[in-house]
Amino acid sequence: MDLARRFAAGEIDAFEELFRAHQPDVYRWILRLVRDPAVAEDLTIETFWRIYRARARFDPDRCFGAWARRIAVNLAMGHLRHSHREVEMPQAAIEACPGPPLRDHVLSREARTAIARAFASLPARLRAVAELALIEQTPYCEIAAALGITVQAVKSREFRAVRRLRELLSKLGITP
Amino acid sequence: MNEHDDQPLRRLLQEALPPLGETPARDLWPRMRLRLESAPAPWPWLDVALAAAALAALIAFPQAIPWVLLQC
Repeated sequence: MDLARRFAAGEIDAFEELFRAHQPDVYRWILRLVRDPAVAEDLTIETFWRIYRARARFDPDRCFGAWARRIAVNLAMGHLRHSHREVEMPQAAIEACPGPPLRDHVLSREARTAIARAFASLPARLRAVAELALIEQTPYCEIAAALGITVQAVKSREFRAVRRLRELLSKLGITP
Repeated sequence: MNEHDDQPLRRLLQEALPPLGETPARDLWPRMRLRLESAPAPWPWLDVALAAAALAALIAFPQAIPWVLLQC
């Protein structure tokens, strides 16, 4: 019996194998969206817990990775929507990671913090697409599959996110 | 607005919001294992349904109770 069928039958060893194989991908997608390693770890565990509980409904002929990614992204989006905390860059990360210098200028710490705050203030739907498309350079088709929307919807959200970000940044005196 | 126009904004965002790392700092399986072990056992719905049906039958036909007791 293959791994997916053994998992669907409730074998814990099969679940562990799937967990170890897909945990990096699940964690990476969640982290891209929530930008907080501790939250990403918690949501990774929650994702696999939901997967384990739903094992009886899993069709072994379907792609386990795609199923896991959809659950993970939905959880991360739920976190973005319902969390009252602003998802900001941790100060330590700002200081530790200077990032690539721009041709014309290097951002000050204050400017980075202001940009991170402006980004965090975007609605969850726009922030998720902006994070994946603008920062991570993820292909539109992958974003669409992960979010369960069309490529056209991804482009539309990206356009709205860019427009909103430009408005927010211009209020801060930052004109990219 | 096209992708070319977005390039300065992309660079600005990439500098302000750099990647945080690609993998978890530790093995998450021990936490997962704990979560699995601490989960309550699933409610045995089939057993409950059978018990409820048996109880309903005894309430509906109380004259069957002595016969049921004799079978025990």
